[in-house]
Amino acid sequence: MAKIIFIQPDGARREIDAPIGTTVMETAVQNQVHGIVALCGGACACATCHVYIGAAWLAKVGPREDMEQGMLEAAWEPRENSRLSCQIHVTAALDGLEVTVPERQGV
Amino acid sequence: MVSSIVIIGGGQAGAQAIDTLRREGFTGRLVLVCDEPELPYQRPPLSKKFLSAELAADRLLFRHRTFYDEHRVELMLGVKAERLDTSRRRVDLSDGVTLTYDKLLLCLGAVARRITCEGADLVGVHYLRNLADVAPIRAAFKPGARAVVIGGGYIGLESAATARKMGCEVTVLEMADRVMNRVVAPCVSQYFAQEHRSHGINLLCDVRVAGIEGRHRVEHVVCADGTRHPADVVIVGVGAIANTELAEKAGLRSDNGIWVDEYCRTSDADVYAAGDCTNHPSLRYGRRVRLESVDNAFEQSKAAALNILGRATVHDRVPWFWSDQYDNKMLIVGLTQDHDSQVVRGDPQARSFSVCYLKGHELLAVEAVNHSKDYMAARKLIADRAVMDPARLADLNVALKDAV
Repeated sequence: MAKIIFIQPDGARREIDAPIGTTVMETAVQNQVHGIVALCGGACACATCHVYIGAAWLAKVGPREDMEQGMLEAAWEPRENSRLSCQIHVTAALDGLEVTVPERQGV
Repeated sequence: MVSSIVIIGGGQAGAQAIDTLRREGFTGRLVLVCDEPELPYQRPPLSKKFLSAELAADRLLFRHRTFYDEHRVELMLGVKAERLDTSRRRVDLSDGVTLTYDKLLLCLGAVARRITCEGADLVGVHYLRNLADVAPIRAAFKPGARAVVIGGGYIGLESAATARKMGCEVTVLEMADRVMNRVVAPCVSQYFAQEHRSHGINLLCDVRVAGIEGRHRVEHVVCADGTRHPADVVIVGVGAIANTELAEKAGLRSDNGIWVDEYCRTSDADVYAAGDCTNHPSLRYGRRVRLESVDNAFEQSKAAALNILGRATVHDRVPWFWSDQYDNKMLIVGLTQDHDSQVVRGDPQARSFSVCYLKGHELLAVEAVNHSKDYMAARKLIADRAVMDPARLADLNVALKDAV
């Protein structure tokens, strides 16, 4: 397990234990984290699991791939630290990861 | 006042309706009836990563069981709704139980279209629609096994790609002159045909299956021109039909889907429907449509749930679709019917391109192969009924979002 901290736009924090090998998106959905829709189930096809990565974690999370990059550019309010949470696999190295949910999802 | 809601069907639409109803404050009795024994699960991976066993079954679930307990959802799984009596607001189930409802939501989905040629019911002939269909197919996809896929649509091609990845010798038989002919442009068909052939698939178009032969189980698929294709396993992917049986028998209006209005209401005031089973008006395109789409199931069922709770909500969305074949991702947004021209952006040789469908200068739909940027831009442009500049559209130096 690795602890993932989901932060809502209003600052509310929720710590959830995520099984290693799943994705940050799956952890959010199974625990009903508000604001993570994940319509396509992790196929990188909908851009509704967008999160902002905590500054301290950017290097550990790693860069976006091309498809994800294209999705994020047109997502709602993309930032430098935007990622699709379906593309982040939970590893022991991400124990303590902080991600912030945007105010809305989609285009 | 609505105090009891019954949902029939546990696919994307059924699962979403539960979520919306509880989230929006419905505290009454909520029952989900589904003829499959599993908790509601996601269907798209069945032909992809779940078939290849890269994804475990529990990762298909929309929600784990605790969610249904916590949200006081009565799950009646592995039970079929056999009879609907709208005048008495009753549903008879296959286990002998009769449910009564204030409001009923039909999320019955679609069923695989069957073939009827000789040998169609031989052992070893499979359809891929439900979770239970996967295990025997997966077991048959052994390295070296000869798999014949009938139908070069999404399901056929995704299964073919997965079979190949699992080490099978694969033949795809398509009746039309190109694969996915009903859903994509010729250059996209050509691109994917080439992808499949370069992965070693024997892809044949313009062929008609005349029958399936075998003594105890499938041995050959025979085409109308007499060609015989040896087969250890056959996958049939020739489309799906809206599951309207229950609704039709109950006298609800149905015609290529259960007839609903933009508020997801059927011809009976207490019965709503959402997802693949519906024939509904698309306000964006000004005609009725029946869609097989995760996105449509999700959005329509959300709208249906809100309408059931008395919050008038129009279902009006531009649908989108996707398909994964090998390392290619095809993303489609919008509906192409009624277009009068196409503009291709980029070069298929570069493995990343998109096809824009126009009616006059209005953007109707985009098919994007490995090009998520155009796809995302198109989702907004199409919903906004953007009028494009065809010259700028064809210019790759201009981003799609700016080609207006």
